[in-house]
Amino acid sequence: MTYLIDRRLQGKNKSAVNRERFLRRYKAQIKDAVGRAIKGRSITDIENGEKVSIPVKDVNEPHFGHAHGGVWETVNPGNTEYQKGDQFNRPRSGGGGSGRGRAGNSEQTAEDDFIFELSREEFMNYFFEDLELPNMVKTQLTQTIDFKTQRAGYNVSGTPSNIHVLRSLRGALGRRIAVGGPSRRELERAKQELQDLHEQEVPEDDPRVVELRRQIHHYHTRINAIPFIDPFDLRYSNRIKVPKPSTQAVMFCIMDVSGSMDETRKDTAKRFFILLYLFLKRVYERIDVVFIRHHTAAAEVDEDEFFHSRESGGTVVSSALHLLHKVIGERYATSDWNTYVAQASDGDNWDNDSVLCKQLLSNGIMPKVQYYTYVEITDGPPQNLWEQYTEVAAHHANFAMQKIVTPADIYPVFRELFKKQPK
Amino acid sequence: MPDDRTPNPRALPEQSEWTFDLIEQAHEEIRRVAQQFGLDTYPNQLEIITAEQMMDAYTSVGMPVSYNHWSFGKHFLTTEKSYKRGQMGLAYEIVINSDPCIAYLMEENSLTMQALVIAHAAYGHNSFFKGNYLFRTWTDAEAIVDYMVFAKNYIAECEQRYGIDAVEDLLDSCHAIQNYGVDRYKRPAKLSVAQEAARQKEREEYAQSQVNALWRTVPRREEEERNAPPPRFPLEPEENLLYFIEKYAPLLEPWQRELVRITRKISQYFYPQRQTQVMNEGWATFWHYTILQELHKEGIVGDGFMLEFLQSHTNVVYQPAATSPYYSGINPYALGFAMMSDIRRICEHPTDEDRSWFPDIAGSDWRKTLDFAMRNFKDESFIAQYLSPKLIRDFHFFAVLDDDRSDKLTISAIHDEAGYRYVRQQLAEQYNIGNREPNIQVWQVNTRDDRALTLRHTQFQRRPLNGQAQEVLKHVARLWGFDVRLETVDTAGHVVSFLDCRREKRNR
Repeated sequence: MTYLIDRRLQGKNKSAVNRERFLRRYKAQIKDAVGRAIKGRSITDIENGEKVSIPVKDVNEPHFGHAHGGVWETVNPGNTEYQKGDQFNRPRSGGGGSGRGRAGNSEQTAEDDFIFELSREEFMNYFFEDLELPNMVKTQLTQTIDFKTQRAGYNVSGTPSNIHVLRSLRGALGRRIAVGGPSRRELERAKQELQDLHEQEVPEDDPRVVELRRQIHHYHTRINAIPFIDPFDLRYSNRIKVPKPSTQAVMFCIMDVSGSMDETRKDTAKRFFILLYLFLKRVYERIDVVFIRHHTAAAEVDEDEFFHSRESGGTVVSSALHLLHKVIGERYATSDWNTYVAQASDGDNWDNDSVLCKQLLSNGIMPKVQYYTYVEITDGPPQNLWEQYTEVAAHHANFAMQKIVTPADIYPVFRELFKKQPK
Repeated sequence: MPDDRTPNPRALPEQSEWTFDLIEQAHEEIRRVAQQFGLDTYPNQLEIITAEQMMDAYTSVGMPVSYNHWSFGKHFLTTEKSYKRGQMGLAYEIVINSDPCIAYLMEENSLTMQALVIAHAAYGHNSFFKGNYLFRTWTDAEAIVDYMVFAKNYIAECEQRYGIDAVEDLLDSCHAIQNYGVDRYKRPAKLSVAQEAARQKEREEYAQSQVNALWRTVPRREEEERNAPPPRFPLEPEENLLYFIEKYAPLLEPWQRELVRITRKISQYFYPQRQTQVMNEGWATFWHYTILQELHKEGIVGDGFMLEFLQSHTNVVYQPAATSPYYSGINPYALGFAMMSDIRRICEHPTDEDRSWFPDIAGSDWRKTLDFAMRNFKDESFIAQYLSPKLIRDFHFFAVLDDDRSDKLTISAIHDEAGYRYVRQQLAEQYNIGNREPNIQVWQVNTRDDRALTLRHTQFQRRPLNGQAQEVLKHVARLWGFDVRLETVDTAGHVVSFLDCRREKRNR
């Protein structure tokens, strides 16, 4: 009695629990590793998985065993030179297999780290672990992520089931033509010469005829020896997963580009925007980013211009807030969009403009946004804009502000801005 | 010549895609041939699975169900990493010693590979599980899957009740000494799993009462007992550490004893596998080779099929030389297959040498001889009994003596007339599990004083313990609940060194 059962459709991730147990057990080490990784990488490529390595002694499951020492006598295959009684020096390390005990080898490998990959999701989870976006009130907000697979060209590696036959064979044909070219040319030449000789009615046993026949045979063999298909030819259909957008957010980046904002400050601001963007991206499938820069007048620009064009002149912050208010009203009706604003400035502003800013924020903008963040990139004393904003912050829980000096301050600031709010 | 034959009407089509019908058809042919050769097997259950599922199966040491533990997660991560980077192909099959015998077939395999796997696992390994004396003694094929389900549920329940951390700590400790969970010289009692579950409650109470009696601190009635030296406990050294802990550890809760028992039972189930690697793989490889050759002879499978089959077969039985960079010990498939085939050769076409070395089997019926060998040996004795001079020559075996008291390594024997017996003996020793693993037994418990447990490691060939011993000792101390000492004694019985693990005083 035999049963043949198709189990393929049943539970795939039986090990998910065990994997999760592993991560749970080594949480401290993994968080350390994640912390190191964040320091080490540029923020723009923060959004990848990470190879985490944990010292092997920490993940080791100890067992009693023999260490190297005492007497080990091992039998090995493949003797080529030794006679009984031959003596030779100990190999320096376990390699080569010349009669080293197993224990020696295992202790050697114990030096290495246990390395495994955190997926992007897991990595970001650790990264954002203690963070929580405040006031996520939108009812449309659902965390379920749907993926659809779509074709994305061809790849030179993949699983056998994804072999693209047409492409592979086309490649093979091309290779056969290319590789066989010279031989085929020579073959044509030899055939032509042989025909010429036939037309001159040279007898069949003439040495030239014999030689040509030999050549023709030779080139035939060479052409036939070209493999019909070679691993090199294989092409695989490439499929990628793309998330289906389910919720949407808009993020406004507002930056002062007046003369007092130098390159270093802009760079700091940029990193701040990127971090916010990453965080939103984790929560929302689709994010529109609007860049507004301002000096005395504000303009909506593309990303490149936002960060790179040079401007100079004074500063009127309210110009940007006016534009912000207008764009929100025109394109991002509150009920459909989650709106986030990140503003970076060096704190300079026309004196009487700051009061206007406060009014604009309190009356027009704050009710429409999920969260408003403001960083002041300066090492000087607070100016009037900071004072006015402090008043806004006092009245609106979803307004946060912080002062930073160097890029090194960004991450702590970021955590401060988004730290878990007491329920 | 194959071309001259009339095609066999039952021939399998020459294609690499498998279908369920074709697998059934191939299986039917293999079953028929296997029966002709007299293979006795459990009924088969073939399951088609995906690569991911294969990795899952790897992780839980091949069992269809297993309890949850971080170490399985660690194995999964390792497997997944090397598989995704292409450093390692997955095994073509996994087979479970159960009744019915479950064999996993990967969906990626071609039809040829599926046939190979069926012959190898569902008839080779399967008949070995059913026939070999170690498996017959130590495993209960009928009950194992049920037992694993029981274990998984029981442990999940404990996690609910006592917390994941408490269960995990205990399992860590049990895993550390899992290789010491077998009485090598006693036979286990057969117990069905139905009884197991029913009697588990009863056992809990009984075991606890026994423990309490042993550790009773109420003063004894008789005066004389005070002066008499305390009776030695245990009376004889005990090699089954897990069993000893399960029965006598003073502070374990009933559920903790049950967990110790579960790991012990599982370790016992795998005990035969650790001792029959060469034989088991050799037997299965020999039979897939023999069965498929037979099918080819009958014209059931074609030449293309055979080429694909032979290619993977040769990969499996490849043995790199010791000097090769790819050398990582003796390939059990290579040695096992060579020995099984060699026994057949000795039976069918013995040379004079064979007649003098193996007078009892030279010229006998090879099927009976092989069947006898499969049933009654383990790797160690199998090699000691059947490794022929011809194979020693074929493998160019040589023995290297590495004594830390001399500066150099010495070649102690090679494949020549003077060396055959020596090499054979050494190779057999190499597969003796008693030599491979340190011999550690419970020596004594201080029942009257601090309840300290003393373990004894009897040295083999002056080999020291590895650096993890102190760690393992901590685990033993955690299970035992009091101080633990591990003494190393040389062959003369003198204590040469010891390790201590002191238990912090704690309040429970």
